Amino acid sequence: MSTFLGMPAMRAGRGPSPDAAPGTLGGVGRPEDPLHWGATFPDAAKAALENEQLRRNLGNATRTIRTKRARVVGEVPDWEALRDAGSAIKADVLARLPELLETLERNVTARGGVVHWARDAAEANRIVADLVRAKETDEVVKVKSMATQEIGLNEALAEEGIAAVETDLAELIVQLADDMPSHILVPAIHRNRTEIRDIFLERMADAPPDLTDVPRELAMAARAHLRRKFLSAKVAISGANFAVADTGTLAVVESEGNGRMCLTLPETLITVMGIEKLVPTFDDLEVFLQLLPRSSTGERMNPYTSMWTGVTPGDGPQEFHLVLLDNGRTKVLADEAGRSALHCIRCSACLNVCPVYERVGGHAYGSVYPGPIGAILTPQLTGEKSDLPYASTLCGACYEVCPVKIDIPSILVELRAREVALAGSAPDAGDRVWKAAMKAASFAMADGDRFRRAARVPRALRAISRHGVIKRLPFPGSLWTRSRDLPEPPKQTFRDWWAEREDER
Amino acid sequence: MSDARTEMLSRIRTALGGSAPEPAEVPRVYRSVGEHGAGSDAVLELLVDRLVDYKAHVHRVSAAELPALLAELLLPGAPKADPGRSAEGQVVGSSDYRSPDILPTTRRAARSVVVPSGIDRAWVAGLAGVEVFRDSREAPLSAVELDGIDAVVTAARVAVAETGTIVLDGAPDQGRRAISLVPDVHVCVVRTSQVVQTVPEAVRLLDADPGRPLTWISGPSATSDIELDRVEGVHGPRTLHVALVS
Ligand code: SF4
Repeated sequence: MSTFLGMPAMRAGRGPSPDAAPGTLGGVGRPEDPLHWGATFPDAAKAALENEQLRRNLGNATRTIRTKRARVVGEVPDWEALRDAGSAIKADVLARLPELLETLERNVTARGGVVHWARDAAEANRIVADLVRAKETDEVVKVKSMATQEIGLNEALAEEGIAAVETDLAELIVQLADDMPSHILVPAIHRNRTEIRDIFLERMADAPPDLTDVPRELAMAARAHLRRKFLSAKVAISGANFAVADTGTLAVVESEGNGRMCLTLPETLITVMGIEKLVPTFDDLEVFLQLLPRSSTGERMNPYTSMWTGVTPGDGPQEFHLVLLDNGRTKVLADEAGRSALHCIRCSACLNVCPVYERVGGHAYGSVYPGPIGAILTPQLTGEKSDLPYASTLCGACYEVCPVKIDIPSILVELRAREVALAGSAPDAGDRVWKAAMKAASFAMADGDRFRRAARVPRALRAISRHGVIKRLPFPGSLWTRSRDLPEPPKQTFRDWWAEREDER
Repeated sequence: MSDARTEMLSRIRTALGGSAPEPAEVPRVYRSVGEHGAGSDAVLELLVDRLVDYKAHVHRVSAAELPALLAELLLPGAPKADPGRSAEGQVVGSSDYRSPDILPTTRRAARSVVVPSGIDRAWVAGLAGVEVFRDSREAPLSAVELDGIDAVVTAARVAVAETGTIVLDGAPDQGRRAISLVPDVHVCVVRTSQVVQTVPEAVRLLDADPGRPLTWISGPSATSDIELDRVEGVHGPRTLHVALVS
């Protein structure tokens, strides 16, 4: 990857593309590095906070999904048992990763698939581009996938003269607007219906000229536009939600049916998958097929799930390639404290409950992985210095909703501690981070409920104290502990103590 | 290629290194069966409730009544003339899909239906005037041909009541994945004995032959991408009829 359409601003990729139309339709441009673009978090967050409409859209959206999620999760009597199982299955997968990957490879191959291994984004993009070119086509259809976004596959293919058409409605909107997704699940959540109509009218050649902004009508315009592509595409590219090691089965979970179109109509299917997406056995799917839809869209089940094993003669693609992607994942795996970030099944529940995400939206994180999980996964994957671990109030809501029990707040505290070690010498960065942290703190204090949840912070601090004294606080507290020790916080917050006392009466 | 495979596997082994986490014991205390048996009144009621919630159309019939139901669904006596169809078989530009009040179901009668080669021929015997195509792995219709066909009738492998899900596994009575995807109306025939309560019960059943291509369907396709307004029917069939046959 070297060139792209976005205009390099503070970092490569910020700012609208020169091809984008004037006005508000153009997005932020396509960045060179999908894991690291835009302004720093504090700057981007500040800009986002000034955008009234964005905050209103986001507030509505996250509140709606939160409520739906809570309702359907409440229906499941064994929810906590499912979370425990999900978490343990993922821990087991990481512990046995080499063996399970080899098993998967063997089973996919036995069923007529071809397995490729890619150490980084460039290698994965190269493999896919070569496969597409071998099919002598210059257009491919795509199912929305975090892995392909992470490696910037569309931009890489564009350089080879191959157009990759996003077929998920929201991804299509984002792609037409030369924008970046702002949410894992609903990538165009920062756009309202009128903007979407304008984007279609301006950028989608076959949009009906009298298109209104009624969502049904917009969706039907996309249906007609994309059907032409589905019927003629020779190659499709997808990600995978799960891969079953002992059968070689891949699974894609979706709503619109664009996934099914891509996964079954073209002759060739190329699936790019992070190496952590495995489950050991077919029966393990019973856990995740319950956890994922309810956590994600707040539905009992998503409308469509497709599962396929290699190639089925006479049914679906007759050529199947699976690209196994590292791209920093082995770095995350090496980190004992943070490796559980690889349990993530990309449900996006943590985004919808995060008070920081709700205010600033996905673009402020400057990564295809926004929100709480992005705040740990992004710096872990890139291994770069980052202020993202400060983009949190540590209120713990993300841990409570996470279907695979990733303790995001504790990992954030750990990452902050490391940032101290890395960044202590850069006063400028430190200053910015300090301000962001203070903003987060004042936000938490401003609301009783949030403050109650923020009580996790002292608990996290206790974890790093030795003999009742904290010698070194994670940054920015280190500015203070550099010159004095801090007594360990009490085992109980006053509020917890009070609540307990009330209960005992 | 010094090769990526060797290097990635060795990176993973190094990453797990001395601290190699113990293979975890997975606690499986979640429900693996529901409290109601397959095909019981309780699970059927639950399934119907969930399907209706997804805006699927549910019809309960006996086996003997099935052909008549199919005729009623696919020959509703509506005018068959439909000049608004584009080359792609989509009703583009006509007013019928524009109004949010008009369900696509009631738009018009089917002029053509595709069925998988393995279904009972008697099911579609009553479809006078409708062209019936048979599709199989050995003699598949092309995607473009399917796009010109209005409806599809298939059987199913299993249904999950709690989630309102129907699973097709590509057996001869369910057909290739493409046939239940491209036509605009899907009539899915589910026997009441095939309805289980929970997801794990369905997964155990499918585990007998996991290599089959599986399609899990929960209501017609839908999107919530525009201001979280749910719109049914984006790319898959816009109308799902479920015939529950006892
Ligand atoms: S971290 Fe947990 S809650 Fe957040 S997206 Fe991943 S699985 Fe979902």
